[in-house]
Amino acid sequence: MDIVVCIKQVPDTTQEIKIDPKTNTLIREGVKSIINPFDMYAIEESVRLKEKYSGKVTVISMGPPQAEEALREAISLGCDEAILITDKTLAGSDTFVTSYVLACAIQKLKNYDLIICGKQASDGDTAQVGPGVSAHLDIPQVTYVKKIEEIKEGIARFQRMTEEGYEVIEVFLPALITVVKEINEPRLASLKGLIRAKQININRWTRKDLNLLPEDIGLKGSPTQVIKIFTPSRRLGGEILQGEVDQIIERLVEVLKREL
Amino acid sequence: MIDYQFTEEQIMIRDLCRKIAQEKISPIAKDLDEKSEFPSEIMKLLGESDLFRVFIPEAYEGFIKTKFGGLLNLCIATEELSRVCGGIAVCYAASALGTFPIILYGNEEQKKKYLPDLASGKTLAAFALTEPEAGSDASNIKTQAKREGDFYILNGTKHFITNGGEASVYVVIAMTDPKKGARGASAFIIEKGTPGFSFGKKEDKLGIRASVTRELIFSDCKIPKENLLGKEGMGFVITMKTFDISRPGVAAQAVGIAQGALDLTIRYAKERVQFGRSIFSFQGIQFMLADTATEIEAARSLVYSVAKTIDSGKLDIAKESAMAKLFASDVAMRVTTDCVQIFGGYGYMKDYPIEKYMRDAKITQIYEGTNQIQRNIIALQLIKEALK
Repeated sequence: MDIVVCIKQVPDTTQEIKIDPKTNTLIREGVKSIINPFDMYAIEESVRLKEKYSGKVTVISMGPPQAEEALREAISLGCDEAILITDKTLAGSDTFVTSYVLACAIQKLKNYDLIICGKQASDGDTAQVGPGVSAHLDIPQVTYVKKIEEIKEGIARFQRMTEEGYEVIEVFLPALITVVKEINEPRLASLKGLIRAKQININRWTRKDLNLLPEDIGLKGSPTQVIKIFTPSRRLGGEILQGEVDQIIERLVEVLKREL
Repeated sequence: MIDYQFTEEQIMIRDLCRKIAQEKISPIAKDLDEKSEFPSEIMKLLGESDLFRVFIPEAYEGFIKTKFGGLLNLCIATEELSRVCGGIAVCYAASALGTFPIILYGNEEQKKKYLPDLASGKTLAAFALTEPEAGSDASNIKTQAKREGDFYILNGTKHFITNGGEASVYVVIAMTDPKKGARGASAFIIEKGTPGFSFGKKEDKLGIRASVTRELIFSDCKIPKENLLGKEGMGFVITMKTFDISRPGVAAQAVGIAQGALDLTIRYAKERVQFGRSIFSFQGIQFMLADTATEIEAARSLVYSVAKTIDSGKLDIAKESAMAKLFASDVAMRVTTDCVQIFGGYGYMKDYPIEKYMRDAKITQIYEGTNQIQRNIIALQLIKEALK
């Protein structure tokens, strides 16, 4: 089985983070970069599938050249091949463009049975790129997967986590899933893996390798516009209405009229 | 920081062990110490992480390109693990102790049979010499191995055996010719599960409580003659040569315990306020910490130097190896005692982790030859060298 894992390198927000009080953005200097924590579960699951069904795991990331470090870490954890999509013209891409570019790269790979992503990235928190990739590739998607029940004869059955419990969903392969942290416990890299990661050649693909048009990518191709980033003001405590039901209703209507 | 010129691989070993120690061992060390419970999960993880391969030759699924080596690798790993738990570290290092005689003296069949599984961590090894009446006086062992046709029949009891019951492969020293004294001892490889081989008392120890120390009982235990390691009568040579190369491992354990204690104590001294300021600001405390850090670095330098010398192929290193073990373990005992002192009353309480370091340190002055025996070894070499 051929598996593709999409990962993102993010600032390590599991440690203490600092916000620039003027711009309200994260101070990135001195902050370590790590693999998006949710993607660690995607990597682990893909390696487990490979161990169970045999096959190959290709890990892909779109990002600046230093994202190579994240790909090497993925190799140390058991992925077989790594591709870094990096190009200056990709800077400023939103989730629409990112998922489009990743989809183009996966298409170029030709053979793939399953694409695994983390449920969302810890920096943007959009949870859009995974589903976006499946939409661009026009393949089924199952988000928030907490268990892979079975993969047999081109059909896969997953448990998809919901707020109340889980749904069991069956799809034809190839398909894309995004995984939650309940799915597994990621392993630590072995020495063999670390040595391999140090030596391996990371494939670099640019805009031209994927035949992408400049107007379709980067800031230009991105329909999303970030107007402002700010820290929301603290919510004040609510008011609890007490008394007889009739009185409460009257009071509630009054409050609502005033507030609206 | 001194640059010890680690290879890339050695830096990986250090960082990986540090990560395992901090993320996986630290949360459970106190509990395993209290319950005196063997760290099976951690041993499995060390195996999966390839950490038993670092002192085993490539031909037997290890990483070492020479016939023997990887001692510095072992020391680095042991030190990092000991920094968080000296007990768990010794389970790892004791397997190396049991593996070394097979690497050094095993024939091709023996190596092929045992080393690959020891390299992957699928099996653990142990070394069994000590008996109730034979501690420092190792030549007084009573366990006998009688040759009967194609077999040896073993009878006797070994005690204080690290990894006893948990290891699958045991290198056991027994007398094949009691009349010859020390020259009548031989080494055998004995597998767990061999009829007549059972485990006795499990010791309740002061420190390194996560490790298991147990009696091995041989009662008409019949083993094929192919399990003889080296030749008959070589038992003590094998023992001494094994200890010469394993002692830096104990020394590294001592360095790790001392460093771990210092790490905790510096943090505590900065936070603890008395007389309106942190106790770190007092010169009395500063001098203790400065001496401690200096002694640890000196011990570390000695340990690494000896390990590197062995890795370069010079295995005739009894004196220096004894020096490393003697010095590092004495440093560890002194340092951990001082660290408890700096913690004051809190240091004496089990709510704080520092007392464990003091308990764990003590054994390093005792096992793989007491420090008095180390001094004997050093003095004997001094005389030999003077007479040359």
